[in-house]
Amino acid sequence: MLAAASHAHQATQSASPAKFEFFSGEQAAEVDAVSARIIPTTDTPGAREAGVVFFIDRALVTFAKDNQKAYGEGLPALRARVRELFPTIEKFSAATPEQQDQVLESLDEQSGGGGRRPFRPNAGAQSFFETLRAHVVMGFLIDPESDKHGNRDGAGWKVIGRVNEHMFQPPFGYYDKEYPGWQPIPATVDKTNS
Amino acid sequence: MTLDQPKYKTTDEVDFVVIGSGAAGGIIAKELSENGYRVVVLEQGPYLTEKDFIHDEIKVLNQDLLTNHPDLQPNTFRKTPDEKAKRQRAVAYGRLVGGTSTHFTANFWRFHEIDFHERSKVGPVPGAALADWPITYADLEPYYTKVEWEIGVSGLANASPFDPPRSKPYPMPPLPVKSGGVIFERAARKLGWNPFPAPMAILSQPRPGRSACINCGFCLGFACEVGAKSSSLATAIRMSEKTGRCEIRPNSYVHRIELDANGRATGAVYFDEKRDIQRQKSKAVVVCANGAETPRLLLLSANKQFPDGLANSSGMVGKHLMFNSGALSVGVFEHPLNDYKGFAVSRVLHDFYELDPDKVGFHGGGGLDARFDMTPINFALGGLPPGSPRWGKGFKDALSHNFTRTVEILCHGTSLPVENNSFSLDPDLKDAWGLPALRMTYKDHPDDVKLSNWLNARAAELLEAAGAEKQWSYPAGEQEFSVHLLGTCRMGNDPKTSVINSDHQTHDVKNLFLCDGSSLVTSGRGQPTMTIEALAFRAGDRIRALAKRGDLSA
Repeated sequence: MLAAASHAHQATQSASPAKFEFFSGEQAAEVDAVSARIIPTTDTPGAREAGVVFFIDRALVTFAKDNQKAYGEGLPALRARVRELFPTIEKFSAATPEQQDQVLESLDEQSGGGGRRPFRPNAGAQSFFETLRAHVVMGFLIDPESDKHGNRDGAGWKVIGRVNEHMFQPPFGYYDKEYPGWQPIPATVDKTNS
Repeated sequence: MTLDQPKYKTTDEVDFVVIGSGAAGGIIAKELSENGYRVVVLEQGPYLTEKDFIHDEIKVLNQDLLTNHPDLQPNTFRKTPDEKAKRQRAVAYGRLVGGTSTHFTANFWRFHEIDFHERSKVGPVPGAALADWPITYADLEPYYTKVEWEIGVSGLANASPFDPPRSKPYPMPPLPVKSGGVIFERAARKLGWNPFPAPMAILSQPRPGRSACINCGFCLGFACEVGAKSSSLATAIRMSEKTGRCEIRPNSYVHRIELDANGRATGAVYFDEKRDIQRQKSKAVVVCANGAETPRLLLLSANKQFPDGLANSSGMVGKHLMFNSGALSVGVFEHPLNDYKGFAVSRVLHDFYELDPDKVGFHGGGGLDARFDMTPINFALGGLPPGSPRWGKGFKDALSHNFTRTVEILCHGTSLPVENNSFSLDPDLKDAWGLPALRMTYKDHPDDVKLSNWLNARAAELLEAAGAEKQWSYPAGEQEFSVHLLGTCRMGNDPKTSVINSDHQTHDVKNLFLCDGSSLVTSGRGQPTMTIEALAFRAGDRIRALAKRGDLSA
């Protein structure tokens, strides 16, 4: 875990373009910094340790090709917003975490919105912040067996409590542990019950 | 997949072409080929097998690895016939060998007696074209039993006092209970209701060539990599192939059925994988393409004799579309449930299957189930309580707390048949093959929305009785998207008001049969696939009887 985290961090800091297929080293550092505020590192790993920036980079040359433009326009707009709010700061990744959060708050139009689960989350139809947020979530929680770029070492699944195994046996959780087995209902039931 | 499969030439006149390899098509192909007939199954999607069934949420759910793709086969939607339809995704169905049965939830309730004679029992419903079926529950009962035993359904007979009569118990015990199921069962009993182990088309015990469920947790929306989900792919298609008389031909997108001078279907015209046009000759045609694509194919097959669509002298092809109404309440509990493990549903209740319209003020009924059907990404993007933080530490903490502690109560109910609710051909938009796109017109009958919200209030009561630490409900509104595609070529005795007779034979073309969700006259209360499969077993019997009498060549 720590090795992966330090690898990810180094790769974004080293500005070595060969590491990325879509992003420049500088763009990668910005995306990495945003991802680390969307799912921060706390006492458990965050987006940075899960290698989310590598997932997004790969996504933008594969399934999320359509979002290249959103990043192409969104990252300069992000920088502009940073300068607007904090004139002395050059770029998002150079701001303090508190400043970064202020920038993201100003970009998040739906803060506190919640809302019904989408059948098929469609990142492309939304603002750049929403696209980026969805991509960070995807990179954090993708099945680690299916995707070699995101959810490194199953870090995201550890955070949400999903055991990274392929088969499970009951009991599954707290409430079925003491289940005594199916007991038929003794009373006769009135079928017109409503 | 190539085991013992014959390769018929398109110029060979086989006995039957079956269009679609899903819940109905698989079983009909099996029934016909096991009884000596030569069958070609034309499936528009690819032939994938267990090794292709991955847990990649993005590829499977977002990129439609298993489903119709909205870029290749776009839909349009409008609420009423006087509106111009807008491009938006209206349907999702499995587009692969095995069809939607490969990725469904596998909730396998039987319909109850009421579903077959609701019109006579509760009388006309204003604004709905409610009709009785030409068959009864008793006619279908032996075929429900066949589905349970031959295809494989886990469950506990007579555990629900509302269950219709059955001739045999289930062939295998129910799947294990999940924590969400235990919570549901205890709370429902506290309220005096009758929860029971969910009947599921997922194996609780192994069968030859198929594993019992390993509880991997990628179930709804995903295809099963161990063959435990009783899809057509894992069951009927393989049985058909073993006969040596059935060819499964994937990547074959049928777009026309042609008639000869005597008004008899001569086979099916389709695009092959290279988009070249092929014509498979056959003595008879059975369309099992689902409740959207079956009527679309008939409409695409309009000709001089049937200018409004093949077998559409009634004008009913595509009409009376029903979805099943639905509503959702969600609860979060103190201790981890870990309901991400396993299949989706372990407990159901049917206490509200037949509501009294005089008491509740609307028509219909339904069931509730306890489920967790969200995979990690879907959960993070849409499973948290409304108003939760969407990023930052608060977001992360909410994910950590809720993912293992959440259970959903899903309410399933009646959709009333309304004539305007329909599938038709979009006059402007074309699919990637140049065919008119599927257009949906749909506005829920007001009673369906009332029913959903009434059931959702019961779901909220249940969560309260269960002592959820947090709970919320999504109010039900008018639906614009569905995976249940029902009623669009309804069965009936009167050729003026229905498309097929009780033998699944079209009233207009003697050697053309339809069997899938489109055949249903009523929607039941939420879980149609069990009934579609029972109808398919019965249709197989009926078609064989007609073929023996020589009734197909007239």
